[in-house]
Amino acid sequence: MAVELDVFVGNTTIMDEEVYQLWLDGYTVNDAVKVRMEGGVMEECEASADVLLSDTMDQYRTFQMCERLLHSPSKLANQLLFQIPPNRQAMLIERYYAFDDAFVREVLGKKLSKGTKKDLDDIGAKTGVTLKSCRRQFDNFKRVFKVVEELKGPLVENIPPIMRLLLISGIMLPLFFFANHRFETGKRKLQYLTFQDFAFCAGQLISNWTVGAVDNMVEDMDVDLDKEFLQELKELKVLITDKDLLDQHKSLVCTALRGKTKAFNEMEANFKNLSRGLVNIAAKLTNTKDVRDFFIDLVEKFIEPCRSDRWTAADMRLYLTHYNNSAHILDTFKHQAVWDRYMVVIKSCIFKMYHD
Amino acid sequence: MPGKLKVKIVAGRHLPVMDRASDLTDAFVEVKFGNTTFKTDVFPKSLNPQWNSEWFKFEVDDEDLQDEPLQVTVLDHDTYSANDAIGKVYIDIDPLLCSEAASVISGWFPIYDTIHGIRGEINVLVKVELFNDLNRFRQSSCGVKFFCTTSIPRCYRAAMVHGFVEELVVNEDPEYQWIDRIRSPRASNEARQRLISLMSGELQRKIGLKVLEMGGNAVVGYLQCFDLEGESGLVVRAIGTACTLDKLSSGSAPNTNTHMHPNTAPASNACNSPSKDGKEPVFGEDLTSSSGPPTPFRALPTTSSSPPPFSPSKPCSRQSSSSDTDLSLTPKTGMGSGGSVGKEAGPLKTLLRQQTQTALEQREFPFFTLTSFPPGFLLHVGGVVSARSVKLLDRIHNPDEPETRDAWWEEIRQEIKSHAKALGCHGVVGYSESTSICEEVCILSASGTAAILNPRYMREGCLDIGITDHRFEEPSPPSCGFCHIPYDELNMPFPAQLTYCYHCRRQKVPDVLFTTINLPQEAAVTGKGCLIQARLCRLKKKAQGEVNATAISNLLPFMEYELHTQLMNKLKLRSMNALFGLHIQISVGENMLLGLASATGVYLTALPAPGGIQIAGKTPGDLSNEHHILTIQKRINDTIAKNKELYQINPPELTEEVVGSPIPEPRQRSRLFRSHSESSDELSELDLSHGKKDAFVLEIDDTDAVEDIHSLLTDAPTPTGFYSCNTEIMPGIYSWTSGVQMFTSVRVFRLSNANLTNQGLNKIFTDLCENLLKSFYFKLRSMIPCCLCQLNFAVAVPEEELIQVAVTAVAMTFDKDQAQEKPADKSTTKGGSETEEQLQFPMELCADASSANTQPSSKISVSSLEHCSPLPEGRSRSLRSNRSFRGSPVTVVKMTPLSFLPGTRIIKYLGIINMFFIRETTSLREEGGVSGFLHTFIAEVFAMVRAHVAALGGNAVVSYSMKECMLMENPNKNQAQCLINVSGDAVICVRETDQEPNPSMANIGQTCASGTDGAT
Repeated sequence: MAVELDVFVGNTTIMDEEVYQLWLDGYTVNDAVKVRMEGGVMEECEASADVLLSDTMDQYRTFQMCERLLHSPSKLANQLLFQIPPNRQAMLIERYYAFDDAFVREVLGKKLSKGTKKDLDDIGAKTGVTLKSCRRQFDNFKRVFKVVEELKGPLVENIPPIMRLLLISGIMLPLFFFANHRFETGKRKLQYLTFQDFAFCAGQLISNWTVGAVDNMVEDMDVDLDKEFLQELKELKVLITDKDLLDQHKSLVCTALRGKTKAFNEMEANFKNLSRGLVNIAAKLTNTKDVRDFFIDLVEKFIEPCRSDRWTAADMRLYLTHYNNSAHILDTFKHQAVWDRYMVVIKSCIFKMYHD
Repeated sequence: MPGKLKVKIVAGRHLPVMDRASDLTDAFVEVKFGNTTFKTDVFPKSLNPQWNSEWFKFEVDDEDLQDEPLQVTVLDHDTYSANDAIGKVYIDIDPLLCSEAASVISGWFPIYDTIHGIRGEINVLVKVELFNDLNRFRQSSCGVKFFCTTSIPRCYRAAMVHGFVEELVVNEDPEYQWIDRIRSPRASNEARQRLISLMSGELQRKIGLKVLEMGGNAVVGYLQCFDLEGESGLVVRAIGTACTLDKLSSGSAPNTNTHMHPNTAPASNACNSPSKDGKEPVFGEDLTSSSGPPTPFRALPTTSSSPPPFSPSKPCSRQSSSSDTDLSLTPKTGMGSGGSVGKEAGPLKTLLRQQTQTALEQREFPFFTLTSFPPGFLLHVGGVVSARSVKLLDRIHNPDEPETRDAWWEEIRQEIKSHAKALGCHGVVGYSESTSICEEVCILSASGTAAILNPRYMREGCLDIGITDHRFEEPSPPSCGFCHIPYDELNMPFPAQLTYCYHCRRQKVPDVLFTTINLPQEAAVTGKGCLIQARLCRLKKKAQGEVNATAISNLLPFMEYELHTQLMNKLKLRSMNALFGLHIQISVGENMLLGLASATGVYLTALPAPGGIQIAGKTPGDLSNEHHILTIQKRINDTIAKNKELYQINPPELTEEVVGSPIPEPRQRSRLFRSHSESSDELSELDLSHGKKDAFVLEIDDTDAVEDIHSLLTDAPTPTGFYSCNTEIMPGIYSWTSGVQMFTSVRVFRLSNANLTNQGLNKIFTDLCENLLKSFYFKLRSMIPCCLCQLNFAVAVPEEELIQVAVTAVAMTFDKDQAQEKPADKSTTKGGSETEEQLQFPMELCADASSANTQPSSKISVSSLEHCSPLPEGRSRSLRSNRSFRGSPVTVVKMTPLSFLPGTRIIKYLGIINMFFIRETTSLREEGGVSGFLHTFIAEVFAMVRAHVAALGGNAVVSYSMKECMLMENPNKNQAQCLINVSGDAVICVRETDQEPNPSMANIGQTCASGTDGAT
């Protein structure tokens, strides 16, 4: 004796957000039922386990039927099969295209190819994200990436509205940006950084170093770095090649810092090294290869030395602020604008990446 | 050439990929009406083709316009091989033929394929130009309006109610034709869909003609059904109530006055006396009446197998049993209704009767498919009348003269009529007919409520306001008048206990009242109502032909009897005294019969309080048994007390001297007419064990009885915040808010155990129904406080070991704080609420789609920005501002099985929706098994209904129902097939708050008209 068929169809499609999340997270029906039981829905409505199972299966089926539509979100708004209120549609899409930070961290900067798909198993094992969820997130990533790549002209005008929602949701853009520039993120030394760290840095780079960043009138979401700017960065080399300038810079910074921090001695001793590190990173950015190594360079050339000297985050802040400001006082240094545009990103990236 | 049909194919979207190589489609469209076909150009390599065709013009007879559907086929052009069909759209153009309905059909229709389901959408524009036809002998009936709604549609006024119309059309089922062996399943399905569409068009036209003959202009309560009789053919039949409707200039409720005619009769009313046995003692046990509604036991010998005259070759056994009222063992439980026997008014009743009689007797069947009536229409209600008959199906030899089927129904209707007469009634309201078919056996059922109607509505020219008869005073107030017995107290058709009406104290009422109609608006009710179901399974030996039919015939009366006993017990358990919307369905399978009776129980203030239930053991000596009985008794008493609290049944106590005085004095409790029948909320009063005579006695003499009692008590109460009923609205709830969720749910249960007992089956069936209800409560928990209305259960035995239950209902939210009070202006705003609506009901999503969309989503993006967005404020804002969803938006279409949508006013009826779909699959597993298959199909049916309504310019479907849901599966072959038939009325409605009803009629007329124009 068994229930052979059990369906419930509402004129307005009924979707439970909690069950949707469980489905997205790749729970099986039975596991989802268990989670829901523990969540206490049953007491809420005097339901039995059977009722819960039937409801969960029903909802899973609905989601599966909807999934096809979610793959091309613009269809969801004008399809006729399901009557879903607009705010629910938005919820469905937003959740469907949401990413687990742990997962994204793993995929970050990886080449989007079938090869990576085979690695999904590994990622799943490493992050604790179910394979089903990994696959969905990965497919979403590719889907959005494909749409964005095929677009010509300014992104804002051409991007489907749903994608736009995703882009500004804070995940797609960094992902896209990282994939586009193939930033190295997987090295052991970078493992301590979370996706949030990278997402923040990507945001800084996009808003300060891309073409669109300078001219706000250009409604362009092109995420290529401003070539001209990168070229100009080479001029900063004067800060380390000109001996006088370097000494002058050092003394200005040291004067400002003296007595304000316990790490003063280390700062003074390391000034030239650190400054060389940062300026060299700037000078090399014209090379795509070196752009890729941007983060690893920041860690190796700056963060690691500071950490070994046991700087606190406050020390870091103090040092970089004065390092940046002091350059303005240098008489012979003419590249103030470029310097600021460079340092604003470096500062905020390092602040974010420097974990105590 | 009285009509020109014009069709334009605009565009397609979301088409499926038909060419694997290019991942695109070369689509074109064929438009077919009758035998004429037009084609569009091929729109190459696109999934979103823009044909923008010329106007295709069909010049056709209006007869064809009524019968034929417009057939739009989307195909993929193939240079080398045959063109592949993508799918079809059938458009019923009937709504365009009526000047008051829709004027144009325009919108996106899902392209439907019987194998693949919905495959993209197509935008079509349809118009009709009708020329005046002066031919008096025309075959068409354009202009007759059809309504599924079983009440006078809002925004119309019934000038006259003409009465019953019926018709049936018969054809061969294409599925069983020889050609089916060589054609594809798709072709066969499409042939069937087309044929049924044609047949229902023809049927509607024929009914329309009958209505015109009667002088009416509309059919209300139109009920169309299909009988798939397999080998022997396909029957499409319909019944309805012909009316003359006047469009109200305002959108408010019909403005009929509530004058009532007195109703009193002399004892010597020959035509109404139930039988010659009238001299028998009224309360006598041995009442045997030949025409009156007998108990099933007595029905057996009198009305058993007499072969119907129309099928002499195959003798059919016939069984009919009246299921009206007196079916319980104890003689105290008659469930007729009260009649008024004021002595002084005696002769007037005859006069009235005769008047009505003449009005009604001109008609063959004084039946009405309506379930709700204008105030004053219904004078008295007698009780439920029903008849069933078992027939053997026989191949229909001449489809043009479906005499056999006609004769069958005629026979049943005659029986119903005679039952009604026996109850002293001249009319039957809430009338419906149904069938259940298994192989070659068919059970035909009809049921309704015997009633006395106000003749005013039946006579020409008497309806106009102010011209009502003032010859009679009004003896019975509207809130209780319908409960008063219509029959003669001394000639009662069945044993019943009469008391004076608890409301007006003037006339007699029965102690219990069963009806198939909705609770009249004006009825006085105590507390709230609830859904009451009786469920029953009976095993039957497998048999063939006549033997089988006889076996079924013999089982039927027992089933009806048991169902009634169950209903009665459950009613008492809930401390209620009346049932409304009673619907008894008996389904036949190869090895069992299923019976399901659903109704809404209610405590009518006018009727006496029900006594409790008393358990009695057969063997008083047995101590342990006695103890057992005591426990059960206690449980029952507790349940009754709990239910009283749950449904807020606190009938006002009556005082000694208040004959005729309606003012109750709650503190002073004394019994008046029947001291034993009063029950109170005090527990001690419910202790029925010390000789309370009125208590309903249940004897426990064997395990069966114990089981029965257990099953009585196992009905789980509805969870807090929920109410349920199978009538339009819940008695006792008057403040609906606008939350509406219509749903369809289907469950199929497989019995694996071959040797089941009746008891075991009953339990399974009961659990199945109970679990379904529990599931609904759980799913709809976010709508609390809410009420499930018009819960319509349909049971079937699709295969030997399967039980199928399909439910369609609507969940509606209400305002808890106002739930108790009846709005003052109850006649106009039935169920409507003036409260501010919490949920939105946008006429169209598209109008403000972008703004509606932006709001919630921007909130989301803001919150996520706070967490992790790398973008500086300025930039992300610029992104957000010009974000909007593209594409043409989708109109929100609400659906409800009720005749209204709470919080809204219907301003226009656009025509009837009557659709039949077949879906088949040969990849059942891939589609998620039967559940996946049916889930998709039901969603598709909803989508197609919504699309058609939207194309007519409507935004809601009222009186929606799923008439048929027939699922056949063969998991071994990975196949399944399903047929669904749905119907309803497409309407435009506006929020009640949008247009305040204006006292000036003319004003409203204008606003109404402009609103309509704007929406179409």
